[in-house]
Amino acid sequence: MSTAAFPAAVLPTQQIGSEPTSGPSTEQLLELSMGPQHPSTHGVFRMNVVLDGERVVRLKPVFGYLHRNHEKIAESETYLGSMPYTDRLDYICPLTNNWAYALAVEKLAGIQVPERAEYLRVIVGELTRLQNHACLVGFLMQDMGCSGTPLMYAFRQREMVLDLFEALTGARMMCNYMRFGGCRVDLPAGWLDQTKKVLQQFPRFLDEFERLLIGNEILMGRTQGIGVLSKELAVSAGISGPMARASGVDYDIRKVDRYGIYDRFAFRVPLGSHGDVYDRLMIRVLEMRESLGILDQAMRDLPAGPIVDPKTKIRGFRPKPGEAYGRIEAPKGELGFYLISDGSPNPYRYRVRPPSLINLTVLEDLCLGHNVADIVIILGSVDIVLGEVDR
Amino acid sequence: MDLEKIKSEVEANVPGCRLETVANPSPSVQHSLRLDPEHAVAVATFLRDAVGLRFDFCSNVTGIDWPPTEVSQKVKVRRLVEGVEQEVDEVQKTTTPGSIEVVYHLFSIELKHGPLVLRMSTQDRDAGVHLPSLTHVWRSAEFQEREIFDLFGVVFDGHPDLRRLLMWDEFVDHPMRRDYIEPDDFEYEPTAHDEVLRRAQQHQSETRPADEGGIR
Repeated sequence: MSTAAFPAAVLPTQQIGSEPTSGPSTEQLLELSMGPQHPSTHGVFRMNVVLDGERVVRLKPVFGYLHRNHEKIAESETYLGSMPYTDRLDYICPLTNNWAYALAVEKLAGIQVPERAEYLRVIVGELTRLQNHACLVGFLMQDMGCSGTPLMYAFRQREMVLDLFEALTGARMMCNYMRFGGCRVDLPAGWLDQTKKVLQQFPRFLDEFERLLIGNEILMGRTQGIGVLSKELAVSAGISGPMARASGVDYDIRKVDRYGIYDRFAFRVPLGSHGDVYDRLMIRVLEMRESLGILDQAMRDLPAGPIVDPKTKIRGFRPKPGEAYGRIEAPKGELGFYLISDGSPNPYRYRVRPPSLINLTVLEDLCLGHNVADIVIILGSVDIVLGEVDR
Repeated sequence: MDLEKIKSEVEANVPGCRLETVANPSPSVQHSLRLDPEHAVAVATFLRDAVGLRFDFCSNVTGIDWPPTEVSQKVKVRRLVEGVEQEVDEVQKTTTPGSIEVVYHLFSIELKHGPLVLRMSTQDRDAGVHLPSLTHVWRSAEFQEREIFDLFGVVFDGHPDLRRLLMWDEFVDHPMRRDYIEPDDFEYEPTAHDEVLRRAQQHQSETRPADEGGIR
C-alpha cells in the first residue's frame, strides 16, 4: 500500500488491488480514501474505507502524517526540557499533559508536591476537562451537519476558559505550567473571582445546550444505536476515559488511583448503558457538570502556602536509576508516561501512552455495517487529537 | 499486589514457564516480571483470566532498546615479563549482544489493582528480534505492537496485521533504536552536493523509482 501521492478521492477497486476479506464480489465494492485533508478527521488522519454501496465493509486507519518522534526528541532533552513539548501532544488540553508528565517524574524521583500546588493542579485540570468536553460536543454537532451555531456556542465558553489560562500561565494553549514538585507561578490577583464568574455561566450554557440539542429528534436519530461499543471489547481494547465509561466500564483513574488529592472531592462517575454515539455525547455533558462540582470544592478549600517543593532541583536534575509509569485521567482517557532513568540528565526511555491512538483501535469495529456519513460522527465521538495520535 | 505471590501462582498454573522478578530501585517501586517468550501467551492468558488476578486491561505496551555494550574488566594474569613470570593487570573487553525489551503495563478493571509490569527480551538486535504477539490476549496491543515493530523493529509472531504504523511503508530503518542515524533533510535540500547528494541519490534510488523523480 503506497501513500506516495494523495490518492484521488474515489478509485475503482480494480485499480487499487487490495481485496476485501468479506462482503459481496469485489466488482461492486468501492475504495474510498477519507483524509488526510478531510475536515471531519480533526487533523491529518486518513481512513481507507471499502464500501458496498453506502455500507462500510472494511476500514483501515492510516497514521503518521503528524509524526515527529516526540519520544526520540525527549530522549535527547533534559527532563524539564520536555515539559513545554508535552503541550504539543494533545494541544487542546496542554495542562493535563503537563500534569501526567510531572506525575511520572515525581514517581520516578520520589518528589512530594505541596498542598496548594495540588489544588492548583486540580483546578487547572478540571478547567481543561471542561473546555475539552465543550469543544468535543461542539465539534460533534458540526460533524453531524449542524453547521456553525453549536460549535460557536461551545467555543464561546472555551475562549473564556482559555482567557483564564492566559492570565495564569501567559499562554492560551501552550501553557507549560507544571514543574516537578509543583507549579510554575501562583495565581494572579483576581483570578479566582474571574474563574468563579466564568463557572457561573457554565450551568446555563449546559442547560441551554441540552435543551437545544440533546432532546432533538434528528440528533437522536443520527446518534442512537450508531457505533455501539460493547463493554467486553472496550476493556480488551484498552479503551479509556469517557469512551469506556459510555460503554458502562466503571473505571475513572481519579477514583481508582486517587492521584494528587482527588480523594478529597465528592463527585460521581457517569456511566452509559448503550455505548453508542449518543451515550458518548451525553457522558461528556454529564462529566462537565461533575467537573463544575469539583472546581467549586477545590476553589473553596484552596489553602495558602508554597506552590513548589523548594528541595526539588530545577537545574542539573538527575533522578536515580529506575523506572516509573505515571498516569492520570486526562479528558480523552488514560494519559500515561513511562520513564526510565539511567542516572543521567536525560531520560533513557520516554514513552507517552496516548489515549487518542489506543481509543482508535476499535474504530473499524464501530464503523462496520454503518453508512459513510456515520463514520464521521463515530470518529468525532472518539475524540482524537492528531498531535497525540501521531506524536 | 505482591509480585512474588503472583509469580508463584503463575508458576504453579503454567507448567514449564520461567519467570524472573526484576527489581526497580526507584521510589516508584514498580517491580516487574520477566517472561520467557515461549510461554508468554500462556502466562498472559492466565494473568487475564485467573480469579483474584484478572489483569484484563493492558494499558501500555512499549519497547526499550539496549544496544550492545562493551564491558572492560581488569583481570590479573600471570605472564612472562622480561624473562620473569609476574602477575600483571590486563584489561579484557567483553561485548554483550544487546537486545530489545518489550514492556507491558497491566491493570485490572474488575478488581481495580495494578500496575503489573511484564517484560520480554529479544535474543539480539538483528536476526533474533522475534517475540510472540499478545494481541490475541489483549486487543489493545494491536496498534502498540505495530508501533514497536515500526520504531524498534521487533517482529511479533502471530500479530494479525503487522505493518508500519507511523512511518511510511517504504521506510527502511527503525528510528527509536539508539544507534539510528537521522538522514539529512535531503528530500527538500535545494542544492544538494557532496556527501548529502550521494546519500540522497542512494536513498531515493532505494525508495523511489527513477520515473517518479528519483535522482539518478
